[in-house]
Amino acid sequence: MDFPVSHAHIAPVYLVVVGFVIGVLGGFFGVGGSFIAGPALRLAGLQWNMAVGTDLAHIMGKSVVAARKHRALGNIDFKLGFIMMAGTIAGAEAGAQGIEALKRHGDVNMVVSWVSIVVYFSISTFMAWDAWETLRAHRPGAKRGAPPAENTRSDRTSVGHVTARIQRLHLPPMISLPTSGIERISVWVILAVSFVGGIFSGFLGGGAGYIRMPSMVYLLGIPTHLAIGTDLFEVIISAGYATASHAMKGNVDILIALVMNTGAAIGAQIGATATQFFRGPGIRMAFVPLPLIGMGIVIYTLITGQKL
Amino acid sequence: MIEIPVYAGIIVAYYYLVLSLLGSWVTHLFETDRRLYAAACLGMILAQGILLDLTTTLLLRAVRKRMR
Repeated sequence: MDFPVSHAHIAPVYLVVVGFVIGVLGGFFGVGGSFIAGPALRLAGLQWNMAVGTDLAHIMGKSVVAARKHRALGNIDFKLGFIMMAGTIAGAEAGAQGIEALKRHGDVNMVVSWVSIVVYFSISTFMAWDAWETLRAHRPGAKRGAPPAENTRSDRTSVGHVTARIQRLHLPPMISLPTSGIERISVWVILAVSFVGGIFSGFLGGGAGYIRMPSMVYLLGIPTHLAIGTDLFEVIISAGYATASHAMKGNVDILIALVMNTGAAIGAQIGATATQFFRGPGIRMAFVPLPLIGMGIVIYTLITGQKL
Repeated sequence: MIEIPVYAGIIVAYYYLVLSLLGSWVTHLFETDRRLYAAACLGMILAQGILLDLTTTLLLRAVRKRMR
């Protein structure tokens, strides 16, 4: 099927299946799935700038579905989400400007490919280490660590001491996040974390949930289930801004995004519902292969010259 | 299960509507007015997200009822 905006020829079934898989992942892990959607669109022949912008549009629509489901489960900290929006939007614009600069220099595909490989590998490696350490410390008979969490909403990580230090940073204004169980944390810390996530959003595409969800858990100390729901809520606004920015720069094929979302809608419902049955460390361990899949697709496109 | 063919039918009709009827309008906007194109992108993706959420929620409720 021909898509006239991007001049791409892509089978709609491919887009629906990709959308469904990403919908399940998004609903379950709170990520937009750009580490798969971006490379998948690149694999279908889209230039990186068009893949980045189109992915953002699709993620915005998919996140509406998933966030509604997580809201029903009580997994959204709205106060945190609204604060993060400000940092994410600023970061997304910075990232989008970076893409434009690369487009002018003519090497956007190579640079974005290599940056995404490094980022995806780093995230997977760190989360594998943390989830392994946390599960090891809390299994029955473990000599160290506190008893396992009694329910799926409370959470522990292996870098809790780092999180505690970050929360103790006294950079006024300080706020409390009672929904997330945080007594005091600096607004600047939240804005900094969300700004970095926004840069990745605007530069690599998507909502950058693969950066933001782990950042919320490890740096801010948000329980995993709340990080998932809050991230999805925040993505609706930040991805919407980034979509508009990229659309004005000619980097969005909305027809492709609309087709992908038909599969994503079902997948997001299924993924969000499934989070009720897993604890935080288990979800984080299950997350580890995902960025590696995206990394593999990007490497494939670099080696073979990209098109399926 | 009847729900899957119903959803598949809705999707096929939707493809026709989106790609056939909106395709040339969207392309024209893309080529002539990027701001309006950006606004149209946001409107369409939001509207579709809400519409699909309602559709899939009803569909999954029907599936769960049948499984019971």
